[in-house]
Amino acid sequence: MAEKKTCDLFDCGHRACGGCGAALSARLVTEAAGPETIVVASTGCMEVFSTPYPETAWKVPWIHSLFENAAAVASGIEAALKKQGRKEKVVIMAGDGATFDIGMICISGAFERGHDFTYICYDNEAYMNTGIQRSGATPYDASTTTSPAGKVSFGNKRPKKDMPAILAAHGAPYVATASIAYPADLMQKVQKAINTPGPCYVQVHAPCCTGWGFEGEQTIAIAKLAIETGLWVNFEMVDGTVTKVKKVVRKPVTEYLKTQKRFRHLFKPKLQEAEIAHIQAIADKNAEKYGIDIKVPPKKE
Amino acid sequence: MALAVGCRARPGKSRDNKTGSWRVFKPIFDHEKCSKCGMCRTLCPEGCIHENTEGVFDPDYAFCKGCGICAAECPKAAITMKQEEK
Ligand SMILES: Cc1ncc(C[n+]2csc(CCOP(=O)(O)OP(=O)(O)O)c2C)c(N)n1
Ligand code: SF4
Ligand code: SF4
Ligand code: SF4
Ligand SMILES: [Mg+2]
Repeated sequence: MAEKKTCDLFDCGHRACGGCGAALSARLVTEAAGPETIVVASTGCMEVFSTPYPETAWKVPWIHSLFENAAAVASGIEAALKKQGRKEKVVIMAGDGATFDIGMICISGAFERGHDFTYICYDNEAYMNTGIQRSGATPYDASTTTSPAGKVSFGNKRPKKDMPAILAAHGAPYVATASIAYPADLMQKVQKAINTPGPCYVQVHAPCCTGWGFEGEQTIAIAKLAIETGLWVNFEMVDGTVTKVKKVVRKPVTEYLKTQKRFRHLFKPKLQEAEIAHIQAIADKNAEKYGIDIKVPPKKE
Repeated sequence: MALAVGCRARPGKSRDNKTGSWRVFKPIFDHEKCSKCGMCRTLCPEGCIHENTEGVFDPDYAFCKGCGICAAECPKAAITMKQEEK
């Protein structure tokens, strides 16, 4: 049997931090998408760590233009391919800052025009490449360099923006959330998005050891805890209706929060019960909205 | 350095960059304990773990950064991290 090399389309030698969730997402997405794919990047960690000129980790055609315009670039490529009768698939891989914040106009326009592409946001919940500034994807109370926890604040005061709902409201035929901790599910969703005509969106939870403050070996465990606590929900939406949800036996949110330095101020110097109750309420609301709770029957005496 | 038109680069040229030199801890794979599930290979952010002709797995140390994900996630505890001796 020939040795199977895993780094087929996203290769070794890239410069992501050891244990980078975004790097793993690039591997899984390219594996799912296959060689007949053109990848469009925004500016950010993935762009920088995968392509320090003249090196590139990509083995499919890959293009980067600006921080904010990946959806516009992808629109042009898709239109050109269509005109030429070509069958390559267009896949955008963009950070959360590029997606939730600065790219919004280009994304809204592209989804409105109805291009046939798959937009993947690798969500590491802040602007990591420029030094951990908050974005619209940063969760409540996370400390970042622009939402620092300290004497007057417990960190980011705004809730995470509901980007999947915004794109579903644009009429996107397929919208999904996924996590690097569940690679088979992630790859299946990427393939579904690619094979659904029209503009589709997949938001991938990709923990960042450097920006969140944990050891690289914990990346998968932390991504799992986000789901097990209900702070990240993996779901699928077809034509705006939720059709599939990952159910869990929920753990308290502290199990997730205590693993990361960005939430350390909630535990030290003293336990911030009111703040933690607020975050628990966010998880409870997610659980109710998506129906993620597996009810365990009470133990017999 | 001369720039190519469109700043294009040869696919996979990142392999020139041997990230194995970053490593502080080295994953050692115990093939006796391995169930051949392939989880380590799936989850390595480098994609540097390969299946050999016997169906068991080993990392390419030229690229392994020693992050420890494979050791943390191996269901058989077949991978241990040992400090590099340099
Ligand atoms: C118009 C513009 N503003 C600011 C920047 C600087 N910049 C480059 S990458 C980046 C942050 C990217 O954040 P995100 O999209 O979340 O990707 P990440 O680095 O977290 O992977 C910023 C602010 C830029 N390149 N262009
Ligand atoms: S800062 Fe975070 S996202 Fe960027 S390369 Fe490091 S681990 Fe990956
Ligand atoms: S994760 Fe462990 S058991 Fe599974 S293939 Fe890798 S070394 Fe073997
Ligand atoms: S230590 Fe990290 S980089 Fe090295 S083989 Fe294991 S998962 Fe891959
Ligand atoms: Mg980001």
